[in-house]
Amino acid sequence: MNTELKMIFNFINRARHKSPATLADLKVGECAVLGEFELEPGTAEHLMNLGLIPGVEVTVAHSGPGGDPRIYRVEGTELALRGELSRCIAVEPQSAAAD
Amino acid sequence: MSVSCHTGPGVLPEELENSARTVALVGPPNSGKTTLFNRLTGLRQKVGNFPGVTVEHHTGLVRGENGQEVSVIDLPGIYSLTPVSEDERVTVDVLEGRMEGIARIDAVVLVTDATNLSHHLVLAARIIAMGFPTLVVLNMADELKKQGGSVDVLSLARQLGTPVVLASATTGEGLPAITNFLTTPSQSPIPADLPVLQDARGYRDWAVRVGNKAGYRKPATPVWTHRLDGIFLHRIWGPIIFAVTVLLVFQVTFVVGQGLSTLLQHGLQSSGRHLGSLLPDGMVRSFVINGIWNGVGSVLVFLPQILILFLVIGILEDSGYLARAAVIADQTMSRVGLNGKSFIPLLSAYACAVPAIMATRTIPSKRDRIATILIAPFMTCSARLPVYTMFIAAFIPAKHLMGPFFGARAAAMLSLYVLGFLMAVFTARILKSTILRSDAVHFVMEMPPYRWPTVSSLGLRLLDRSKVFLVRAGTIILAVAVVLWMLTNFPMQNGKPPAIEDSYVASIGHAIEPAIRPLGFDWKIGVGLVSSIAAREGIIATLGTLYGIDPEEHAMDLQAALHRELSFGGAVALLLFFAFAMQCASTIAVVRRETNSWKWPAAQFAYMTAVAYLSAFVAYHFLKNF
Repeated sequence: MNTELKMIFNFINRARHKSPATLADLKVGECAVLGEFELEPGTAEHLMNLGLIPGVEVTVAHSGPGGDPRIYRVEGTELALRGELSRCIAVEPQSAAAD
Repeated sequence: MSVSCHTGPGVLPEELENSARTVALVGPPNSGKTTLFNRLTGLRQKVGNFPGVTVEHHTGLVRGENGQEVSVIDLPGIYSLTPVSEDERVTVDVLEGRMEGIARIDAVVLVTDATNLSHHLVLAARIIAMGFPTLVVLNMADELKKQGGSVDVLSLARQLGTPVVLASATTGEGLPAITNFLTTPSQSPIPADLPVLQDARGYRDWAVRVGNKAGYRKPATPVWTHRLDGIFLHRIWGPIIFAVTVLLVFQVTFVVGQGLSTLLQHGLQSSGRHLGSLLPDGMVRSFVINGIWNGVGSVLVFLPQILILFLVIGILEDSGYLARAAVIADQTMSRVGLNGKSFIPLLSAYACAVPAIMATRTIPSKRDRIATILIAPFMTCSARLPVYTMFIAAFIPAKHLMGPFFGARAAAMLSLYVLGFLMAVFTARILKSTILRSDAVHFVMEMPPYRWPTVSSLGLRLLDRSKVFLVRAGTIILAVAVVLWMLTNFPMQNGKPPAIEDSYVASIGHAIEPAIRPLGFDWKIGVGLVSSIAAREGIIATLGTLYGIDPEEHAMDLQAALHRELSFGGAVALLLFFAFAMQCASTIAVVRRETNSWKWPAAQFAYMTAVAYLSAFVAYHFLKNF
């Protein structure tokens, strides 16, 4: 493989590993532990009151027909979130924790 | 702290026993709070509005064993004490004693969902910390047991410092204990191990600890909810079921509702004739029968249709499907800048814009809420239906288009529905990209588990709606009917009512005729339009009165009369005018109350009238030669 391409490939790979995974990156059926929210305090507080609390396990229960919004399960609560919001919520995938 | 702990009702001081206690029912949405409220109060409840806001609330009376009465107030659901929407703010204001006109709360019954305890305990911690005598109800006890969960109530009560009861609003379990708490003055919570000034994580950890200590065994995730979501949110089946459901809602409303309406109409007509025969001939009979009975009756006949629409929407809502429908609708709504939360109000706008506009209070974004309020009256409400039915029957031939089930008349009706919807979408798009543009809309919605709707809560909801509708028929519509009758019967000539051309109503009609002539309307339609500002369906009653008392047309029925008075182009123009114009005093009033200003209803009325006038004008000019 040509070195230039290799460099680009490595760069993308690194970038992918570096940027923290978000709720939006999980596939339907996957679960992870909620991390920090990159949202204004009001929205973050609202989400926490609904049960999305950092440190709690979250599962992608379903996806809406077009892939958005998706339904996430946290303990006994199921919440529908649009992609624009779930992209702002970091997660620590459980598989990653095992590495 | 007062030591009133084991004071039974027998040893209470007179005045305390007689003083009306007010207990607030508080809890997160979907915890079965309203079902419990209905179970406790039954028919002894009434709907009211909080002063200054239109958030409806229900107050009911509960009678204790010794006959003492307590008023119970069902507050809108909250997740925390930091409100994000208008209705949540009301609950917090009432609890904090900042709501004018509402008695101070003496005690709180906190309704939580036993199947989701650790989440709901967080709210419990915040409510208990407010210091009211509190009863924590773990509702849905039957579901908890069925799904293999359990909890030690006594341990929970010890940890929370308040009484705790495991109950089920569906089966009636635990209800006597709740009634006992409601009717017996009780003490404030014993200071317990509550979290103080914690962050969300701290609260949640506390809740899990309390739950564990009380041996809380979380029930298994409801399998059926997961399975049904797999179907209702399916990539292919989801949208198909959604479309079929929406169509079915209308089909049921039309077929069943129309049938019942026709029956009611026959009943009203024959009883009107019977009543008329009891009255002496002359002004009195004319006033009672032509003025009041027929005027109010022409509106009353829509009650079945409205109730059926609310029944169907109620079933969808209580079963949990409506939340899934909102998820499916969200994608489409996002294209016009709104979100799925606007879907439920807009669906109920097909019955009536007034409850729809009140339902927008659950939309957290103020701008989205106003946009939804502004477009809701474009949805074809049931008051337009009689006008559509009448004019379509008079002007569109009953031709088959596609087999015997879909004729030209059905097509005309459907296109009016579609036109209203498209105009709503168009308006939303303009609003959301100009004056009501908002930043990232955060669509977050809790998905309640699927549950069987209960007959009692559906029944009570319909009863509420009937009351609202009947009050409207008995006030606004009655007033219109009376005023109209007077305008058509005065000024008297030689002690007799004038010919219609010489009456006051004719003068009004002639005065506005120049403005509506370009739309192909004559003065009689003009009077109809004026009277329909109070309520759309008023035009039918008005035209009935106008043509009915016109001796020349006495023998003709209304449709035939219309056909002679109005050209085809004029009829289409009139239908378009009704599709777009905001002719509804109740809607204007509710928009004013909801937005708390005259600015929005005035702008909305002007905009909708302009759209209506222009489209009617264009239609008439293209079609007038037909």
